[in-house]
Amino acid sequence: MGFYWSFLTVLTLLAITAPLALTFGMGGAMAARSRIAPVSWLGKGYIAIVRGVPDIAFFLFFVIALDQGIEYLRHQALCPDWPDAIRQGNDFIVCQTAKMPLNNAPPEAHDRYGFFIAVFTFAIVFGAFAGNVLFGAMKAVPKPQIETAESYGMTRRQTFWRIVVPQMWVYALPGLGNLWMVLIKATPLLFLLGIEDIVYWARELGATKTPRFTDYPHADWRMWYFLALLVFYLAFTRVSEIALERIMRRLTRGQATAGGEAQRKVAA
Amino acid sequence: MEECLNTISDYALRSVGVGERLLPRSDFTLCQQFTLIGSGMIWNIYFGLLALLSGFFLATAVAVGKASQNIVIRKASEWFIFVFRGSPLFIQFFFAYFFFLSLKSQFAFFDAFTSAWLGALIVLFLNTSAYTGEIFYGALQSIPKGDSEAADAYGLSGWPRFRRVIWPTMLRLAWPAYTNEAIFLFHSTTLVFFSGFPVWGQKGDALYYAAFFADKTFNPFIPYPILAFYFILLTLVIIGIMGKIGTRLNSHLPQDAKPKFRFRPQIIR
Repeated sequence: MGFYWSFLTVLTLLAITAPLALTFGMGGAMAARSRIAPVSWLGKGYIAIVRGVPDIAFFLFFVIALDQGIEYLRHQALCPDWPDAIRQGNDFIVCQTAKMPLNNAPPEAHDRYGFFIAVFTFAIVFGAFAGNVLFGAMKAVPKPQIETAESYGMTRRQTFWRIVVPQMWVYALPGLGNLWMVLIKATPLLFLLGIEDIVYWARELGATKTPRFTDYPHADWRMWYFLALLVFYLAFTRVSEIALERIMRRLTRGQATAGGEAQRKVAA
Repeated sequence: MEECLNTISDYALRSVGVGERLLPRSDFTLCQQFTLIGSGMIWNIYFGLLALLSGFFLATAVAVGKASQNIVIRKASEWFIFVFRGSPLFIQFFFAYFFFLSLKSQFAFFDAFTSAWLGALIVLFLNTSAYTGEIFYGALQSIPKGDSEAADAYGLSGWPRFRRVIWPTMLRLAWPAYTNEAIFLFHSTTLVFFSGFPVWGQKGDALYYAAFFADKTFNPFIPYPILAFYFILLTLVIIGIMGKIGTRLNSHLPQDAKPKFRFRPQIIR
């Protein structure tokens, strides 16, 4: 049963992470565009740092860093008169009430907390990538469009929300689509974060079962389980490709791009 | 200083099984972390380099196959690219490992395939061939018409035409994208020991040792930046070497017509 649920876990993760990462990316891109220098540095720095460093090292690093960060903040807030240092040599010690989740919490709470941290990590990393794509897309919106808006007397904010944002998607979509594919392919990394996802269950259920422990003894089936996962991901990728193609066709309608022009000619 | 030199002579080749057998247990020094993580890089370079070199040839074949008129060859190449680009490398490693494991139980010949040095290398080889094949295919499609017409006008056809005109132009056009592919192939070698392939006798790659230290010290802020440092160094070396080859490929062109390399990170594959 857990095996089937874990597919749902993966899908839920995607469903939560994608909009969250998009929000982070939007925030990053807007900050990078800002005219206030420190805000702009912050946005550009966020986009640049995450892009430069190898992939899964980030996932391994972020999870511990986030976990310790949260516990550190809670420790500061909840036990202000704690005498000892938090980092004692190789140990990281916070007071009992600052533990996340609490030691006496039910196991589901631990699972949920782990899942939350994973979603957050994915969102931060993919947010930086989405930020990069959106930043480029905002710059790709034709200049005359923005100049026209300004000559109509729109403020900078109005121009941004009414002219730039609606038009940038067509430029952002190829990049975002790519990112979505990468995000799909990144989901098995959940396993590394200690979540019971499909990789975990495939290893668990596929392993050799002996008659002593179960009613359904079988040999080593892990190969077949992983074959099923491979097919699952391939099918998912294919479906996404088709869906993205459709969205792209819808978005190019009426745009001043080569694609939009071609569509107009076909219709005429 | 003295102590650090000792550490280096003890652990510099630890990842291939030379030197001190026991890993440090407590009181981890910065020197130990640098040495062991650097020692793990041997594996990352081994996997990346061999997969890149061998994958180059298969990639050329796949790209030509995908552009082929013959429907059987074209479909086979398209499927090959789709399977390896459409699924996570992580799952590919797992599947390959258990696939070799079950083959091994039938035929003793497959014994070596279940260990990382061969099994993971095969997966990386096929994977990078698929990614590079797609890049080369794109380049093949954007070869200027004038170039192939000139080849025809000189009376070149078949193999000489490919060898002397199409192939160099394809490489020249694909080179910036191929440089990125090379970088991310090296980055993805970190996945090897985190998937099915077991680490024998703690002889792992750089990420394995970094995770080892992070695990032992509960402090991710030292080993992972060291790992990042090594990888940035490696990336710079790759960009340098590939840039040299790219200059050679473009040496006949005017200065401003050369395709420029742009670093385009594409994390997890």
